[in-house]
Amino acid sequence: MKKDIILKAENISKQYRLGQVGTGTLSHDINRWWHKIRGKENPYLKIGETNDRSTKGNSDYVWALQDINFEVERGEVLGIIGKNGAGKSTLLKILSKVTAPTTGSIKSRGRIASLLEVGTGFNGEMTGRENIFLNGAILGMTKKEISSKLDEIIEFSGCERYIDTPVKRYSSGMTVRLAFAVAAFLEPEILVIDEVLAVGDAEFQKKAIGKMQDISKGEGRTVLFVSHNMAAVKSLCTKGIVLENGRVVFEGGIDDSIQNYLENENSTAHRIWSNNSVNMPKVDFIELVEAKVLNKENNVSINHSIIDDIMIEFSYKILQEGQFFTHGFNLFNVENVHILSSHDKRSSTLNLALKKGVYKKTVIIPGNLLAEGSYSCSFAIMRYNPFHIEFHEMDVVGFNIIDEFGDNTVRGSYSGHYPGLVRPDLKWKD
Amino acid sequence: MNDNNTPNDWLFEITPKNKFFSLNLKEVWQYRDLLLLFVKRDVITVYKQTVLGPLWYLIQPLFTSVTFTIIFNNVAGIDTGTVPPFLFNLAGITVWNYFTACLTGTSDTFKANAAIFGKVYFPRIITPLSVVISNLVKFGIQFLIFIGFYIFYYFQGANLGLNGLILFFPILIVIMGLLGLGLGMLISAMVTKYRDLSHLIGFGIQLLMYLSAVMYPMSLIKDKLPGYGWLVEYNPLAYIVETTRYMLLNVGEVSLLGLSYTLAVTIAVFFIGLLVFNKTEKSFIDTV
Repeated sequence: MKKDIILKAENISKQYRLGQVGTGTLSHDINRWWHKIRGKENPYLKIGETNDRSTKGNSDYVWALQDINFEVERGEVLGIIGKNGAGKSTLLKILSKVTAPTTGSIKSRGRIASLLEVGTGFNGEMTGRENIFLNGAILGMTKKEISSKLDEIIEFSGCERYIDTPVKRYSSGMTVRLAFAVAAFLEPEILVIDEVLAVGDAEFQKKAIGKMQDISKGEGRTVLFVSHNMAAVKSLCTKGIVLENGRVVFEGGIDDSIQNYLENENSTAHRIWSNNSVNMPKVDFIELVEAKVLNKENNVSINHSIIDDIMIEFSYKILQEGQFFTHGFNLFNVENVHILSSHDKRSSTLNLALKKGVYKKTVIIPGNLLAEGSYSCSFAIMRYNPFHIEFHEMDVVGFNIIDEFGDNTVRGSYSGHYPGLVRPDLKWKD
Repeated sequence: MNDNNTPNDWLFEITPKNKFFSLNLKEVWQYRDLLLLFVKRDVITVYKQTVLGPLWYLIQPLFTSVTFTIIFNNVAGIDTGTVPPFLFNLAGITVWNYFTACLTGTSDTFKANAAIFGKVYFPRIITPLSVVISNLVKFGIQFLIFIGFYIFYYFQGANLGLNGLILFFPILIVIMGLLGLGLGMLISAMVTKYRDLSHLIGFGIQLLMYLSAVMYPMSLIKDKLPGYGWLVEYNPLAYIVETTRYMLLNVGEVSLLGLSYTLAVTIAVFFIGLLVFNKTEKSFIDTV
């Protein structure tokens, strides 16, 4: 049986111009036009480079996407995964016709509706009911369609009492609920969704994910879904593509795709920021110069046994004296779930100003606390009284926890799947 | 068995460039509800949380007419014939206001709506169209006040005459709207790359008003400034304003040649505007 392809992307590429659009614009335009009337190729199309955010390139033009090819079958839920800057959002923008590709084409057999943001075009002066109609129409519904679903939308949003109040009086959570409710009742053949699930409170998120599952599984709609939340991707999608630096590096079943993505993530146990590096985390008085993950022998190591203590050492440089602050970090697992957060609330730097120079701070994560898997650490500098975060750098360092059997582990000798986000060795009493 | 290789089988295709000229009326028709909702939004959000509400629509033209009457008629002594100067100015200002509202409202389409345009697709032309239509409501209210004063002056015994051509007045307003829309679309497309233009608009409109026979009859400039009269004569807006007064107040002159010229310019500007707008809408989000 032949496949029923509903959407097909052929050689999609997208080029962006870096830096300021300003003085050079007119001269580039004229040059481009001059090449065109002589029947030559656009001179700026050639010089683009692959889009790697962290390395400095020589060209003003980059390819945010390069030669993307994929096909989607009717009823399939495709997850698009990749790191920040891999080109996911650009691809979604092209799919939803917000911007055009530089080369290539996308062919579709169905109406595409996109949900890159909830509440696009909401007007604060208008009531909830009026906004349902406006937002629905912006998303491509007709007035008739909206009217027929109005009651369901209001009920799903849980904002019935406020429905004739201007939206500017709503709490932000209520606005989001209402907006998601409108979007949830869209009925296109193909639905393109960006990470809109990360809104609302826990109860609403559960409702939203449930609704998404209904859309994709129950109603057999074709969905393209982009998210950093691997748990959501895993539960919703059937197929995945992995993007890296604007190219498709993997295409296949969702489990294999997630696996591929995680392996791709080149987390490092030791990072040094050179003095003039552009992405160095810093504010006026302090900068992060080095971070490393150490084992109990004080050696840098990316792999750690589940029973061992792990030390993360941050080195920062004080640039101005007389500052009071403290530091902290957050820990995320591979599915980007926020596992824990810790501030050095007893730090001497809160009361005692440091002289200029480089200082080291080490945090110890005890053994038998985290579950097996890969983790990513962020680092933050903040002030108390009043509380203010000076900077918070994600993905500073990372490490893997390797599971073990044995009496001193939580697992003991059990060899099956051990669930749970953390695995502390808890005491049991009679 | 369905065959995937038939090229016509696709519902639509997303490609780097629009076809040279594609208005895609069918798509605009599909989104007609959105157009109406935008108009509704524009109209109702103006009144919300104001004490005087729609009265604000009336205050501006009335005060401008009074000012013009004092400065141009009482001080400078421009002769408006048998028509009361205030009514003469009010007629000019009412149509002129419609044009400026359309032009300023549409000329920042891309910039002002970047947030929506960056997140969702609908035919972009819906936005400037809604501006032109919602301003028609505002124009209607301002026109009512003109009628009010017209009746007032009539009973005061002023020598006022309606012209039979008044039946064509709606067509004149449509032409005015199209001209504003065409120019606005052209400018909005250019503003996405060259922000300088947005500074020029407010100032440019003001200058243009003086060249559009709003506060003087067209014949006057030919008498007083024969060397510069062509500036007004080549201005299609001047013919619209002059013809409006001819239709409503029976003053001035109506030139068929001038009106045909105006119509030709309007159609040309509208289609050029549409063309540039269509070309821009596909990837403006990268430059705006």
